[in-house]
This record gives sequence, C-alpha cells and structure tokens, in this order.
Amino acid sequence: MTVAPTSTQFKDNAHEALNDARLQRALVHARNFIPRRSAAAERMPEFEALRDSARDIKNHTLAHLDLYLEAYEKKVLETGGHVHWARDAEHARKIFLDLCHARGAKRVTKGKSMISEEIGLNAALEADGVEAVETDLGEYIIQLRGEAPSHIIAPAIHVTRDDVEADFRKAHRDLPESRDLSQPEQLLAEARGILRDKFLTADIGVTGANFLIAETGTSVIVTNEGNGDLTQILPKVHVVIASLEKIVPTLDDAAQLLRVLARSATGQDMSVYTTLSTGPRRPGDVDGPEDYHVILLDNGRSAMLGGPFEDMLRCIRCGACMNHCPVYHQIGGHAYGWVYPGPMGAVLTPSLIGVAEGGQLPNASTFCGRCEQVCPMRIPLPKMMRHWREREFERHLTPAGARYGLGVWAFFARRPTLYRLATQAAMRALKLASRNRGRFASLPLAGGWTAHRDLAAPQGSTFQAQWRARSGATR
Amino acid sequence: MSARDEILANVRRSLHVGGEEAPRRAAVAARLSQPPRGLIPARGQGEPARQIETFKAEALRAAATLAQVAAASEIPAEIARYLREANLPATLRIGADPRLAGLDWAGTAVEMSHGPSDGHDINAASLAFAAVAETGTLALVSGADNPTTLNFLPDNHIVVLFAADVVGDLESVFDRLRAKYGAGAAPRTLNFITGPSRSADIEQTLLYGAHGPRRLHIVLVGAP
Repeated sequence: MTVAPTSTQFKDNAHEALNDARLQRALVHARNFIPRRSAAAERMPEFEALRDSARDIKNHTLAHLDLYLEAYEKKVLETGGHVHWARDAEHARKIFLDLCHARGAKRVTKGKSMISEEIGLNAALEADGVEAVETDLGEYIIQLRGEAPSHIIAPAIHVTRDDVEADFRKAHRDLPESRDLSQPEQLLAEARGILRDKFLTADIGVTGANFLIAETGTSVIVTNEGNGDLTQILPKVHVVIASLEKIVPTLDDAAQLLRVLARSATGQDMSVYTTLSTGPRRPGDVDGPEDYHVILLDNGRSAMLGGPFEDMLRCIRCGACMNHCPVYHQIGGHAYGWVYPGPMGAVLTPSLIGVAEGGQLPNASTFCGRCEQVCPMRIPLPKMMRHWREREFERHLTPAGARYGLGVWAFFARRPTLYRLATQAAMRALKLASRNRGRFASLPLAGGWTAHRDLAAPQGSTFQAQWRARSGATR
Repeated sequence: MSARDEILANVRRSLHVGGEEAPRRAAVAARLSQPPRGLIPARGQGEPARQIETFKAEALRAAATLAQVAAASEIPAEIARYLREANLPATLRIGADPRLAGLDWAGTAVEMSHGPSDGHDINAASLAFAAVAETGTLALVSGADNPTTLNFLPDNHIVVLFAADVVGDLESVFDRLRAKYGAGAAPRTLNFITGPSRSADIEQTLLYGAHGPRRLHIVLVGAP
C-alpha cells in the first residue's frame, strides 16, 4: 500500500501523532533498538573499523557505479537471468505488470521491499486485478490495515498487539470466532498458517535486495522470518526489484557490509537468513524458480551522484538513524508522509520526490547528531538536512512566518549597535512583563513554544552584557 | 535511447566520466578478478579446535541447538534421539546427498523420504556446505543433494555439519565457493542460516518459528 505523499503537511501530521495516545503507546517499543545496537557494537571490537571499511567500499562503488552496473548485468545474463532497467516508478510498475501478464499471474507473494513501496507496486497490482500478498509479518499486518510501513525494518511498529488481534479477527473470517488470540505467539501462528497457503500457490514471488553483487550477478536478501526465502523459492518466477545503489563489487565486500547491517539494525550479529541468489533453477535442481528477473530502478538516484546528496546513496537501510532519533521516537514514521521516515527519509525524500513535496522533512530534526553517530555507513545526515533547509529557503518554500522572522533577525544581526540596543530593551521589557516569576506560561507571538512548555524569562541583561561584565571582572 | 543506455548515461554525466577511462576500468576489473580481503574480525580466527568452540558458542547464542557425534555412522541415531526427545514424529525428509542418503537409516525407527519439500514435511535434514565460527552461521547450497525447500518449509530443520567444514569467517566460505564453482560463479542459492526463524514484528516481542523452521538443530560430526 502506498499513499500519496503528505510530507507537505508534516507539521499537522506530527501534531496529530503527538496527540494519538494509542500511537504513543506503540512507539515506546521503538526505543528497544538502542540498547540492542550498542550491545552488538560493543561485542565486536572491530566495529568502528568495519564502519570505515563499509563506507569506503560504497564510496568506491559509487565512483565506479556505471562499470559495476555493467559487470553485474553481464553476470546475471550469463547465469540465465534477465535484467530490466527502469527509469522511474511508473516504468518499474509497467515492467512488473508486463511480467505478470506474460505469465498470466493471478497471485504475487512479496518479501519485504522498501523499493516496492517506493514505486507503489501493490496499488498497481490491485488495479490490474493481481492479488499482492505481503508475507513479512509486519508488512502483512499493515497490508490488512491499508497502511504504509512506519519504519523501514519494523513496518508495524506503530501497531499494538490489541490492534493486530482486531485486524486478524476482521480479516480471517473463516476461522472460529471463539479462538484465543490473546498471546503474540497465537497471532504469529495464525499468520504463518494463512500465509503458508499463499506461498505455495503464488505465481510470482517478488523480493527486494539488500545487495547486488557484481562479481557473481547475485542478489542478496537479509531476513529473520524466512518469508523472503519462501517467496523466492516456491513460485515459478522470482523478480528482484532493487535500486541502482544496491550494487557492491564482490562477495568479500558484501561480507563487510553484512557485519555492520544486522548489528546496526536489530542488534543481531547476523540476521537469521542471509540468502544469495544467482539466476534461475539449474540443470539437476529440484526446486527454485524457473525464471529470474531483476528490475534495476533509477528513480532519481543517478541524479544524486556527484552532488551534495551522494553520500545518501551509501545507505543500507538498517534503520539505526530512526531508531536513535528523538523526533522519530515522538511522532513515528507516518508523520513523515512518504515511504522513508526518520533522518534517512528526511534526506532521501526531497531527493526522490522533490523539495516542493518533501522539503519540510529536513526540519524534523533537533540536530542532536545521534543519527550520524550510529549510521554504519557514516552518512553525514545532519549536514545534508542543513543543505536541504538552505535549498528550501532559497526556493521560497519556507513558511512566510519563518521567512519574515529570519528577515527581521538578519536586519538586526547586520547592525551590531542596533542589535545590542534592541536586545537590551527587549530583555528589560520581558523581565518586567514576567513580573519576576522567572517564566512565561503564555506570551503573544510565542504560542508555538508556550503551548507545550514554559518560556524561561530573561533576567534583565543580555548575554553580551553579562559576558562583558564577567571578562572585565576576571581581568 | 533504451532505458539502460539512458540510465548509464545519466550516471556517467553525474560522475563526470565517459565510461571508457582506462584507470577506472582497470580498477574495476582488478577488484572483480582479485577481490581484496576486507577487515576480518578476530572472533572467528584461530586454530581449528578454537574455531569449532567459537562456532558452537555462537550457534547456541543464536538459539540453535547442537549435538556432537564422533563419526558419520552415528548421525542416524543422533537424529532419531533428537526427534524422540523433542516429541516430534519419527519422520525425516532428506535430499540426494550420499553423505546423508548413504547412511544406515534402517537401524532407526525414523521413516525416511527423499527430495524437495512441498510443505507437508514436519522434519528435514540437510548437509552444510560450510559453517562460520564468527557468528555461528551455517552455509547451505542449493541442488538435488540438499534442496533449498528443506531449509525453510519443514517445522524442524536438522543440519549435519562436518567439523572440517567449519571456517572462521564469511570470506573463507566464499573462497570455498570459488574453488568449487569457479571464479565469478556462485550456486543458484546460498543460504546463510543463523538460528531458527523468528519475528519481532508484534510489539518487538521476539517469537520463534515465524515462517521458517521453529527449531534448528545442528549435528556436528567429528569434532575433537
């Protein structure tokens, strides 16, 4: 399920999220990722050096991306697979639908894939009369709810256990109403049973890819449930949808990246299933897909190369940035309004859907810098969010109030004497207005601040004046 | 212009390259033909006996179970014991691998069947291509010998691992692959498996047996 972007309404979305008690209860669990990641990192003495290694591999790959893409394609073709190049989301959907039509496909099972969310694959399949079945437990839950994922590795993190029970009772009408679904184990067992039939009867299985390996023409998926594997080994056709920057040169390079991926994501040393797939069924094979297709999606990536947002193409979608983001913890993923939430989404969304649509998101940051501290690929996320803020301002997309305020500030900031006089006057006025209570519970023009917290009242003199007095005293 | 040519042209325009520059091509060719070793963590390294100990500890940490037998001939009895003690039906599906299929199963009460799984098998056994000490990870390759469906469809997956196939790291598994399949080639499917299937998608509660096997039991053969 992909929804049209609502990123332009970010402020309203965030406000709603903050007032959603049920969402706030669910979001508590998002913080569990923090101790898990730090424990995994501490258990691996070479972790920081592995981050450097991972960063260097991706930088090398991006600098030679054209050549590695050609090498990768050549290998896929040699092993009997097919490669389709897709300019944008619409093109990728068309390629996939053409494959469905050619095979007369009625049911498509899906491994978890953010790229399929990015291109809106499920809606396109539905419109075409093809059943799309999400098989990752979290994705299955949100598909039943008609929602988009709110986290890139824990798509249903905004959903409570009670919600899941209600959703399952509504969707699985064939099962006895009296059944006990009070425990998470029972919910999992029910989904396992329902989806087992879907796996065995699907015409096409579609997965994303964590990596595409040029050395061997291999696609890699990393999962814990095993749903991605059942998706790709049981149907006659396996389609991989992946974006250009998933390429890595060699198997050894993939090993380096795998060492930082799961640790940064769930805090595991390795996810349960890391699967390397190379081409279709071979002579003598008794299982596996007869056809193997790769759809290579650009959708704005080639334009990011060589520019200020190139570093973002190193992203391996571990989710560490959102797991450690104080803004994400407060508002969850849906408030960001498109496919990718959190700090990585705040940087990537304007790159992919334009600064007019996504330009609000880089403001969803306190610039605390935790995202950059934990990013396994050492992506300078705060710096890039600042870049986007500058562009948003240049393109006059910043709200009028903020622009006016910045204009007023700039007028005074350029005139130091006037600035001193004005701030001195303002500090005195505010001190008087506070009537020595030390704080304001409300203040005209500052409602955006005082609606949620008190504003500390100035003590009567400016920082500059106090600094002068202090340095005079110590001299 | 095809989408392929258009995308490659866009990539080259952004990178300010033409695509024919000899130093770039040489750098890529060299990396692909002689993959440089990355940083190998110390955890999986050491003498074979130490690597086996590390493997065992890490596999248990990932919630696999493990039993050891001295020789291949003891594998059927160990699997029969495991099924019995876990209260599982005495059935087992295996592929054509002679190192498993050639064992004497008649001496056990286990009812054997052969070939890939269609989803109706409770128990299956496979033979590991290799295992990684660093993370307690098993490596299995596709083919009639050990069909990939056996790794995922049955409720209980038993993996037989010969001690000589325990290596330190993922990279050493890749070396073995290159030796077996040739440089630049790979099996159709290579499964790295670290513990039984799990999900934490409901309120971050860790649950085993999501879509793949609920149990992963390793039979380690011939370890000192």
